[in-house]
Amino acid sequence: MAGGVSVELDRLLVQFDEFVAVRDANVRIEPGEFFSFLGPSGCGKTTILRTISGFLEPTSGAVRIDGKDMAFIGPNKRPTALIFQNLALFPLMTVWENIAFALEMKGVGAADRRKHADELLALIALDGQGDKYVHELSGGQKQRVAIARALCAEPSVLLLDEPLSALDLKLRQHMRTELRTIQRRVGLTFIYITHDQGEALTMSDHVAVMREGVIEQIGDGRTIYDDPATAFVASFVGENNALPGRVAEIRDGVALVDTSVGRLRARIATAARDRLRTDAEAIVFIRPEALDLDIAGASAETTIQATVIGEEFEGPNMHLQLRHDGGAELRVSLVNKGRTGTAGIGSSLAAAFDPMKAVALPSGALSAEE
Amino acid sequence: MAKRSWLGGFLDRNGQALGLYILLAVSFWLLFLIILPQLAMIDFSLRHDLPAAQQGGPQDVWTFENYRHFIFGLPGNPDGWNRLDVGVFGRTIVAAAFVTILNLVICYPVAYYLAQVARGRQARVMAVALVVPYWVNEILRAFAFRIIFGATGVINSTLLTLGIIDLPIDFIRADIALYAGLGYAYVLLMVFPLYNAIESLDRNQIEAARDLGAPWWRIHTRIVLPFAKPGITSGCTMVFMLAAGALAAPQILGGPSNLWFTQLIYGQFFESVNWPRGAAYAIILLVACTLLVLLVMRLFKVRLGEIGK
Ligand SMILES: Nc1ncnc2c1ncn2[C@@H]1O[C@H](COP(=O)(O)OP(=O)(O)OP(=O)(O)O)[C@@H](O)[C@H]1O
Ligand SMILES: [Mg+2]
Repeated sequence: MAGGVSVELDRLLVQFDEFVAVRDANVRIEPGEFFSFLGPSGCGKTTILRTISGFLEPTSGAVRIDGKDMAFIGPNKRPTALIFQNLALFPLMTVWENIAFALEMKGVGAADRRKHADELLALIALDGQGDKYVHELSGGQKQRVAIARALCAEPSVLLLDEPLSALDLKLRQHMRTELRTIQRRVGLTFIYITHDQGEALTMSDHVAVMREGVIEQIGDGRTIYDDPATAFVASFVGENNALPGRVAEIRDGVALVDTSVGRLRARIATAARDRLRTDAEAIVFIRPEALDLDIAGASAETTIQATVIGEEFEGPNMHLQLRHDGGAELRVSLVNKGRTGTAGIGSSLAAAFDPMKAVALPSGALSAEE
Repeated sequence: MAKRSWLGGFLDRNGQALGLYILLAVSFWLLFLIILPQLAMIDFSLRHDLPAAQQGGPQDVWTFENYRHFIFGLPGNPDGWNRLDVGVFGRTIVAAAFVTILNLVICYPVAYYLAQVARGRQARVMAVALVVPYWVNEILRAFAFRIIFGATGVINSTLLTLGIIDLPIDFIRADIALYAGLGYAYVLLMVFPLYNAIESLDRNQIEAARDLGAPWWRIHTRIVLPFAKPGITSGCTMVFMLAAGALAAPQILGGPSNLWFTQLIYGQFFESVNWPRGAAYAIILLVACTLLVLLVMRLFKVRLGEIGK
């Protein structure tokens, strides 16, 4: 099987008439990498994937695969294979005919096609099911057949458009691991699209977070989660408490921000180091799990006084909903270490945080889905 | 019991009045407009052609004489078989099949374009353009074709002016006008079943095939055509049946030496006034066409139920 190759998007712009679906995308995906595009519905993920696979031509900019410009090379001539959101398996063909379709198009004889299809069926753990029709398979099995069909074309880059979105939660989690295993085994470059941030973080080497056609940040999962580049990324990826305010002071990469819950101390995100200025509008993001009820050495600038307005016990975690007198609401996640919890709804408490785990960012659009 | 509850359910669903009306209308339609006339035709076809006075008399008995006549002709016929009528019959079937295939070849690209490529306004304009010609009455359309294809018609005069030909081509005698007229008459009946079938094909299937390296013609042979098979069958069946049974177009556009089988039937009824033989010929045409359609469906592995889809 051909190894993975690099994929580059160079100042890519894709327009539908006047509407700009993808704006100035610059991405370099390394050979053999598992790369995800993450973003809310309608942000241009599918558009990027269709441009890479050749179903759309860029309005300007370039797609380079393995260093070669792909302009005006059709989808059937590119070293890519696309797995569609709805899989698009061929209902009138058997499973093995589906898998061997690419070979059929190359003019390979029936016996060889069958042999190759059987090998791929073994790879996806569906041995002996080649003579079934697609409608006789379960959701997860169809999923794997779609992967085998794409692999059979011997692509260097596999493009996946939210292939797990139709599956139920259990199966989705199982297929995540399975996809990652297949990717490691075949060593191809995987470009994966999802609006599920858990999916992107668990599977990918690198993630690009998109909003309204613009890539806001590219990084590995940990960077995206811990050191977001924009307010949108901070609010879209994982849960976050957003406390808007104005910068009072900046010192050594740490900002003091006056918010409705008082003056807070927070580390300035790496990407915002030279953008955040004193007196500018800013947002302090504190993850629910970064807040705790007793942190030794907490100062006034790392403590928020609030009233408990809700409690959810989940087993390993306990979630608290707090409200500050000024109206701001906060969510706190406590690891269940066997303690008794709070004094109950209506009680007042102090939630503290480590200022290095809070992030200050210039204010900007937040994710609509909370 | 099962039948009663089905009936009860039907009436409940549609309400008493509407339900009864539907039942009555459908029964009337089936019984009086389809079953009884056909039975009467079969009855006719099995009778002797007797003058009115002898009808109901001792000679009015059932006979296969009319069917025998189709195959063997008049008694003492030197050929031993009815060369003329069987010949016309055979030519009609072959020509109807030819018109059907021609129609399919012309309509498939149109239906595909309409169903998968055209969007919004363009698709609506195309659909209207397909329908509008049918506002013109069938006979007028046939005469229009006669004029277009005539010796001094648009086609001949254009070809003559361009110097491509020196003498006008006799499109009527060559039956080209007839094939064109018949083909054109049933364009809609072919396009719509095809459109229906192709329209329900998921675009992603086509793109997936392309992505897996299929050239455009393989996408059609491997993905679109197999998917559209029920639509193709239903379109072809309708066009074939109607073309074989057409009367006006062959009357107006047919060459003087080539008869269409329906013209023979018409002649038996209204010129020879031999209704029994006319009825027998009509039934022969109906049965032969039905058998042929069933045979072709078996050949292409399409079941009757699929066509309705
Ligand atoms: N063919 C098209 N013509 C016009 N606009 C389009 C077309 N395809 C997509 N768009 C627009 O481009 C934007 C991005 O669409 P795209 O399909 O890339 O979104 P997406 O990120 O894949 O969303 P989802 O998660 O819902 O699949 C959308 O606003 C959409 O309306
Ligand atoms: Mg999409």
